[in-house]
This record gives sequence, C-alpha cells and structure tokens, in this order.
Amino acid sequence: MEALALIQAYTGIGIGLIIGLGAAGACIGIGIMCASFLEGAARQPEMIPALQGKVFLLLGLIDASFIIGVGLAMMFAFANPLLSVVAQ
Amino acid sequence: MATEHAGNVQQALTPSGYIEHHLAFNAQSLGEGAFWTLHVDTFVMSVALGLIVMGLVWLVARKATSGVPTKGQAFVELVFGFIDDQVKNIFHGNRHAFIAPTALTVFLWVLVLNSMDFLPVDWVAGIVAFFGGHHATWRAVPTSDINTTFALALAVWLLMLFFSIKVKGLFGWIHELFAAPFGTPKLFVPKSVMGFIGLIASPLLFLANFAFNLIEYISKPLSHALRLFGNMYAGEVIFLLLGMWAASGVAWILPSAILGAGWSIFHILIVALQAFIFMMLTVVYLAMAHESH
Repeated sequence: MEALALIQAYTGIGIGLIIGLGAAGACIGIGIMCASFLEGAARQPEMIPALQGKVFLLLGLIDASFIIGVGLAMMFAFANPLLSVVAQ
Repeated sequence: MATEHAGNVQQALTPSGYIEHHLAFNAQSLGEGAFWTLHVDTFVMSVALGLIVMGLVWLVARKATSGVPTKGQAFVELVFGFIDDQVKNIFHGNRHAFIAPTALTVFLWVLVLNSMDFLPVDWVAGIVAFFGGHHATWRAVPTSDINTTFALALAVWLLMLFFSIKVKGLFGWIHELFAAPFGTPKLFVPKSVMGFIGLIASPLLFLANFAFNLIEYISKPLSHALRLFGNMYAGEVIFLLLGMWAASGVAWILPSAILGAGWSIFHILIVALQAFIFMMLTVVYLAMAHESH
C-alpha cells in the first residue's frame, strides 16, 4: 500500500512537471515567433500571406512537443504503467 | 500501454474506468503474443475512411470538365492547387511524378482520420454498446492509435530511403552517410608517405558523420509519428475529461458543455493543422532525400 501511495505521489509530481514546464516552453517559443511575425508584418505588410502559412506550420511544430508531453502525462494519469508492479 | 492492449477492461463506474473504457481498443488476437494483435477499430476506420475520401475525389476527377466546374470540382481543385503550391515551394524537381500526389493522399487521408475526433465520444460508445453489448470497445479516431501514425511515418521513412538510393545510387548514398554533413577534412600528406605531395580526404570524421546521420534517420520517423499521435491522443483525452466532468454532477453539465464546445472549435484548427504538418513533413523529408550534398 505504501508503494502504491509513493508511486501515485511521484507520478502526480511528474505529471505536473511535464505539463507545466512543457507549457512554459511552448508558450515562450510561440510568443517569440508570433512577436517576430507581427513585427515583420508591420514592416512589410505585403509579406503577410507568405508568412502566414509558415507561422501556422511552425505553430504546430512548436506546439507538438508540448502536446506529446500532455499525451504522455495523460497516459500516466489514467493508465499508469508503473502501477502494474504493485497491482500483481 | 498495457491497458490499451487488454480487450475487455474492467467496467468499474469510476473516472479511470470511464476513461479506460473509452481508450480501450477493439483488439483481436491473431496469434501468439502481443505482436499479433489487430486493432479492428483502427483498421476498419482507417481503410473505410481512406476508401471514402479517395473515392469521392476520384468521382469528381472522373467527371471533371475544362468548362464551367461544378461545386464539387471547384472544391477539389482548390485543395489540389493548395497542396500543389506547397509542394512547389519545397521540392524543385518533377513533383507531379510522385511527391505531389503522395502529399495530396496523405493530407486528405490524415485529415479525415483526424476529423473522427469531432464525433462525440459517448455517441460512439453508445452505438457500439447498442450493437456489441456493454463490454464492446471502439476507438473512432485511428490517428490516436500510435500504430497508425507509426505505420504512416515508417512508410514515409522507407520512401525516403528508396529515393535517397534511387537519386544518388547505392554507393552515393553510403558515401553521403559517412561524408555528410561535416565533410571530410583534407589532410596534408608529406612526400615520404605517398610518394607525392598532396591532400587526401581523411576518415577522421567518418564516425561523427555516420552517428549524426543515424540520429537523424531515427529521430525523423519518431517525431513524425509522435507529433500526430500526441496531438490526437491529448485531444481525445481532454474530450473524455470534459465528458466525465459533465457526468459528475448536474451543476457541471452546462460549464463542461460550454468548455467542450470551445475545445471542439479549437480542435478544428488542430485537426487541420496536424494533417497539414504531417503532409508538409512528408514532402520535406522526401525532398531532402532528393538533394545531394
């Protein structure tokens, strides 16, 4: 029982770290990119259509590692593979 | 992942039980061991949707005219032109031979597979329970199964190897494995060794080059597959969490319905964006295979 509680406690901390740090990193990255996009768009409005597609592509690329982290964290939250050691 | 492979998950009426039920595959064992497990839901959904979307495009293409187009033809032409423009910017060769058609196929297929996320999760479970009984499970979104995304990414990876060898030749490709990206530094060789004064390509960086290429070849399909899978899986889990929240008390039905609607709207963007990114990466990888250093 103690092992179960320990695993759950540490998994909880891990889930928080995965989502929190991932979100922080992704937000900083997207913030920098969008700021540069707005700056570029203000300087050269005729470049907006050409840049917009790339912005969306990069948005997905930057977001991806965070989303992968969220997916893994969700797996640990609802179907923790580490708990199978205790379940037997 | 152990619970995902279990055909019948225990049906406890708890939050984890609800999520596990919705995340369980309709797995059928075809032989010994976990390897020979077929996810019937993933397989049926992806093949059926692929046939439907390709069939629709084919039907429109068969009746295409150069005169006044129908609405269907205009729409297909729009998608076609969009993909063609994207490929044109990345790949500078005869794109209509293989890469542009591949991009169109990948984009449309992944798009319809991702779009299954818009089906309300409990409708799918309800329909399946109506036909297959209480214990039946069915995952409607094939791209939230890691097997689907890895199958797609590995197919692209094999095409990458194929085009690398086809364009550069087998020896050209092997040479590039060892000689790119850091190059082979030229070494000054004194007259006493070679018999003449000269510079030869040294094998000093062979190992570093090869290690770099190896990491690139491994990380490409990994990130390609996991990006799509992670997005779709996380999206589905968030829908499930909202559904669970709604079921936890009468007072939460309205707030979770509003949040669910919000997430659905945001998810339209993610679904299209991830299909687009998957297509773009496919094109970029195949274009990179065509370039020699």
